[in-house]
Amino acid sequence: MLKANSKFVTLIALAFMFVFLLCVCTGSVYIHPSKALGALFGFQKPGDSMTNIIKNVRVPRVICAALIGASLSLCGASMQGMLKNPLADGSTMGVSSAASLGAVLAIALGINTNAIVFNATTVLAVVFAFVYMLIIIGITYRLDQFLSTNTIILMGIVFSTFANSMITLIIAFADRQIAAVTFWLMGSMQGRDYGDAMLLACALIGASVYILSHSRELNAFAIGEDNARHIGVDVKRIRLGLMISVSILMGVCVSVGGSIGFVGLMIPHIARILTGSNHHTLLPVSLALGAIFLMIADLLCRVIIIPLEMPIGVITSIAGSIMFVYIFVKFRKA
Amino acid sequence: MILEAKDISVSLGGASILRGIDLDVGDNQWLVIIGPNGAGKTTLLNCIVKGVTYTGLIKLSGADIKTLKPRELARRVGFLAQMKFMDYSFTVEEIVRLGRYAHEKRGIFEFGAQNTESQATVDDALRLTGLTHLKNSSALTLSGGELQRMFLAQVLAQAPNLLLLDELSNHLDLIYQKRIFSLVREWVRSPGRAVISVSHDLGVAKYYADDAILLNRGELIARGMGDVFDAKTLSLAYGMDVRAWIKKLYETWV
Repeated sequence: MLKANSKFVTLIALAFMFVFLLCVCTGSVYIHPSKALGALFGFQKPGDSMTNIIKNVRVPRVICAALIGASLSLCGASMQGMLKNPLADGSTMGVSSAASLGAVLAIALGINTNAIVFNATTVLAVVFAFVYMLIIIGITYRLDQFLSTNTIILMGIVFSTFANSMITLIIAFADRQIAAVTFWLMGSMQGRDYGDAMLLACALIGASVYILSHSRELNAFAIGEDNARHIGVDVKRIRLGLMISVSILMGVCVSVGGSIGFVGLMIPHIARILTGSNHHTLLPVSLALGAIFLMIADLLCRVIIIPLEMPIGVITSIAGSIMFVYIFVKFRKA
Repeated sequence: MILEAKDISVSLGGASILRGIDLDVGDNQWLVIIGPNGAGKTTLLNCIVKGVTYTGLIKLSGADIKTLKPRELARRVGFLAQMKFMDYSFTVEEIVRLGRYAHEKRGIFEFGAQNTESQATVDDALRLTGLTHLKNSSALTLSGGELQRMFLAQVLAQAPNLLLLDELSNHLDLIYQKRIFSLVREWVRSPGRAVISVSHDLGVAKYYADDAILLNRGELIARGMGDVFDAKTLSLAYGMDVRAWIKKLYETWV
């Protein structure tokens, strides 16, 4: 088990910078790192096509991938701790299904109100994730006033099934938009701009301030809900706060990048193996690893079948399942 | 009085679990709750930590517990619940340290925030429960008895006035049963402290406790050491001759 010492932090920071630069330089057109850095820091002519690719296409896209990767891992790590369930994730709770339903509805109906800063897909995804969270908590409260883990997960599974069948129904009727919907369902970073990056960054900063400042409570939840209550954690209030943070963050991620599976489930597991279960170190390490992982996944999408692009969800699921089996077998043996 | 409970009743899903229980625990007192399975013993302890919805009044040093915030309650009452299972790999010390939660101020970012007073309390709790040498071990590798001691250490680190112990002797070997019961006996001697424990081991209960109540099917049927450990009362509650059974067990040793 690694300790979160300065060596480890430096290693992760270096890996992050290396991967970032690699992703900016590589793609359908290879750009030399010196030129890329030049373009990034404004040493190249503004009109240059390379500068244009770097600044307006690759950098915002790579930033979005990093932010989504970090956000999904953070959501996964906090849900796994809060629900004391290693299989929990934004998707297990049904939040990502709800966000997907909202986004698919916006795409299929062709709603295109750019009147506000955000487009309709974003607004509907966040609204659906948030309203879903209110509904799930409302119903769970009725069934069980302590908001217990099992009830929440059960509700999540039930609702995911419902949302997925609604999405299938929408696809069946949306003949003209079917390609857009399907591609989006597998997730993609194509054409993401600075506006998207800004939106993601705001959501991530807001959510991570709340979640990281409740690391101790997450530790208590991960040991057990009753134990958390007995040592003085305000279980209901903090659980509510965490669920709100996660649902907003998931909503924003899904609206920008589509539904990207496996990241929130897999990355926290890897982080846990590296640092242990203490959320003081687990959460920051999950953030960093999630960002690195999704940048690489997005890079692979762009280069495997040049000039075409693969949906990022395909890459994350393939890589995720292989990695997961490897980790599972290796650590079950030990 | 450290704890005063008046007319406590609990219903869950239409079934009445506890009916009209009154309870008092004074300074330096160890009260033991005994009774057959399903008598409502654990539920009664759960009421005192607001773990179930109850009717009636529970006061801790004069304050209605319904008015206490979770942290305030945890500073006054520590609850060693029955066995929990670990899913994640925390070290023993990390888990025991969480016992200090209610006493520590919250910072926005608490990376490695260490409070020397808290650390001393945690070290003490580890030492008393014989876990110092295991403090950096993962709780996943502990035996049942070690886990039980770890959670006891967590409750001790919590430094409450009132200690609630649900089946303290669970998973403990004989040496640790003796050691831990003596430890609790010693703990309760300091001013402002009291213990309420639930026990199935009547021998141990009779030996260590100062006061007792006997519950049966949600009702309090006897109070005080004399009445509770009366052979007739026990036989009525358990539906068997308890005294004869215990005697038979010990006779094989003599």
